[in-house]
Amino acid sequence: MSAEGAPLLQVRGLRVEFGTEDEPLVAVHDVGLTVRRGEFVGLVGESGSGKSLTCRSALRLVRPPGRITRGEISFDGRDVMAMSQEELRSLRAREVGMIFQDPFSSLNPVFRVGEQLAETLRLNAVMPKRQARIEATELLDHVGIPDPDRRYLSYPHELSGGMRQRVMIAIAIAAKPRLLIADEPTTALDVTTQAQILELLARLRQEHDMAVLLVSHDFGVIAQVCDRLAVMYGGYVLETGMVRTLYTRPEHPYTRALLESVPSLESAGSAQRRAAIPGQPPELTETLPGCVFAPRCAHARPECRTISMALEPVGPDHETACPIRPFAAEYAGGEAPSPTVPERAS
Amino acid sequence: MNGASPLLEAEGIVKEFGLRRSRIEMLHGTLPGHRAVDDVSFNLDRGEILGIAGGSGSGKTTLARCLNRLVEPDEGSIRLDGVDVRAARGNELRELRRRMQMVFQDPYASLNPRMSVGSALHEAGRVHQRPGSEDREGFVSGLLDRVHLPASVATRRPRELSGGQRQRVAVARALAVGPEVLIADEAVSALDVSIQTQLLNLFLDLRDELGVAIIFIAHQLAVIAEVADRVAIMHQGRIVETGPTADAFHSPQDPYTVTLLAAHPQP
Repeated sequence: MSAEGAPLLQVRGLRVEFGTEDEPLVAVHDVGLTVRRGEFVGLVGESGSGKSLTCRSALRLVRPPGRITRGEISFDGRDVMAMSQEELRSLRAREVGMIFQDPFSSLNPVFRVGEQLAETLRLNAVMPKRQARIEATELLDHVGIPDPDRRYLSYPHELSGGMRQRVMIAIAIAAKPRLLIADEPTTALDVTTQAQILELLARLRQEHDMAVLLVSHDFGVIAQVCDRLAVMYGGYVLETGMVRTLYTRPEHPYTRALLESVPSLESAGSAQRRAAIPGQPPELTETLPGCVFAPRCAHARPECRTISMALEPVGPDHETACPIRPFAAEYAGGEAPSPTVPERAS
Repeated sequence: MNGASPLLEAEGIVKEFGLRRSRIEMLHGTLPGHRAVDDVSFNLDRGEILGIAGGSGSGKTTLARCLNRLVEPDEGSIRLDGVDVRAARGNELRELRRRMQMVFQDPYASLNPRMSVGSALHEAGRVHQRPGSEDREGFVSGLLDRVHLPASVATRRPRELSGGQRQRVAVARALAVGPEVLIADEAVSALDVSIQTQLLNLFLDLRDELGVAIIFIAHQLAVIAEVADRVAIMHQGRIVETGPTADAFHSPQDPYTVTLLAAHPQP
C-alpha cells in the first residue's frame, strides 16, 4: 500500500545474547528489518527463531540476562539505542504499541480491565474520567468483547484467554500508536474473532496510517493483512520480500518447505499426506557452521557449511540468504508456482 | 467384537454449568445454567478419525471430557464397545478410561517434571499391567519408536525436550496403556507449522498401524481437514453439522459452518 513510505522502524545487524560473556548463547545472530509508515510487515518463524526477541529489542525490552550486544535500532529517525529511560518510556507509551504473546502476565490482576484501559487513554490525552470510561467501553466493543459495559468491571481472572487477549489489543491501540508490534496477537482467538481483529487493524491503518509488525506462524493471517514478510530461522532472517512474491516464488528452501507444510482446507477428503520438514530447529547451544537450516534442508550441498548468512537481493524488494537458490531454474522456466499456495481472492 | 456396531456411541449428552449470579437473580432462582454441551450425539467407528471443530466456548473440550467422565455429564448415554460408560464404577471405570486416552494441548502441564520420560511411560504401562511392561527397557523404547523418538529420550526430563518432542512423549504415554480411542484435545495447536505436520502425520500413522480411533479436537479447520475422515462442527454446545470432512468443508449446509469457513484465513 505505502511501500514507498519513509522507514518508521529500522533494525540493522541486531544481535541478542544470553549466558555469560565468555560463553554467550546467541539467540539472535544478525537481524535486519524495516517497517515503513503505514506498512504491515509479517515476521514468521518457528519458536526459538528469535522473532519475539527481535520485537522486544525494537523497544529495548529484552529482559536480563538477555542483552543486545550489537545493532542499530532507529524509530522515525531517532536512535533507540541511545534513548534515556524517560525517552523510552514516552516511546513505549505513545508511539509504539505492543501486544505480547501472553496476555496473562501483561494485565494487572488487581485492577478492573476497563480501568486499565481508561488509564492508558488518560495518559495519552487529557480527558475527564467519565469520558475515558465511555471511550474505553467503546474500545472494548471494537475489539469484539460482548457486553462491554459489564466487562469493563471485570478483573482479568474473570475473563477467558481470548477475551484477555482482546483487552490487551484494546490497550495497545488505545494510544493510537504509529507502530503496533503484535506478537502472535490472534493465536489464542477463534477464527471469527480473529477476522474481526484483523479488520480492526486494517481500519486503524486507514484512519491513522498505523504500521504493524506482526509476528505470526499463521500464513493465512499474514496473507490477509501484510504487505511484506520476513522469514526467520535460528536467529537469522532467511528471506524477505513482498508477501505475494514470497508465497508464489520463495527462493529459500526453508520458506518453501514452511509454506508446503501449512495445513489447508483443500486437503479435506484427500488421502495424501503433507510433507513435513524433518528434524528439529537448532538449539541455542548448537553453533552451526554456514547455513543454519542446512541440517534439515532437502537441497543442502557441501558448500552450505561455509556460506555466510547475508541476505542477497534476487529481485525487486526480495532478498534471500540462500546463495544456492535451488528453485531459480524452475521459476525461470515459467513453470507454475508452487501448487500448494493457491492465490487468495483479495 | 461386532464389526458392524460403532466403537463409541454417544447419545443426547448434556452438561450444564452453574453461572455466577447477582443476589437478585439468585432470589428469583429461575435462570437456567449454561449448557456447555446441549444434546450431542455421535458415533465413532473403529480406526476412524473424527474431527470436532468449533469456536472457543463451543463445548468441544467439555464434550471430550464427558466421554471418559473427567467431567460428569448430566444426561445422555455413552457406550464404548457396548459397555455403558456412565454406569461404570471403580475398576470398571478405570478400565474404560484406559481404553479411551487423552492427549492435551500442553504436554508440559500433563507430564511430571521430576520424572524421566522412561519412568513416566513405564509407570503408565505398569499400573495397567500392560503386556510387555515387565521388560522396562523394551517397553519404553518400543513406545518411543512408535512416536518416532530416539531411545535416548528415555533418560531425559520433560523440560529438556522441545515442544514437539514433549507432545510426542504425551502421545507415547497415552499409547502405553493400549487404548482403542485417543482423544486429542488441541494436541497440535501450540506447535509450529513444521512440527505440527510431523505430529499430524504421526496421528495418521497410529491409526494406520494400530487401528486406534481418534477424536481430534481443533479450532483450526485446516488442521482437521488434514487428518479427519469425518467432522462435527460445534456451536453453542450443539453439533450443527456433521459429515465426511470433504463434504462439510466443500459444501457446508449449516450457516454457522459457512461463517466459520469464511472467517478461516487461507494463504
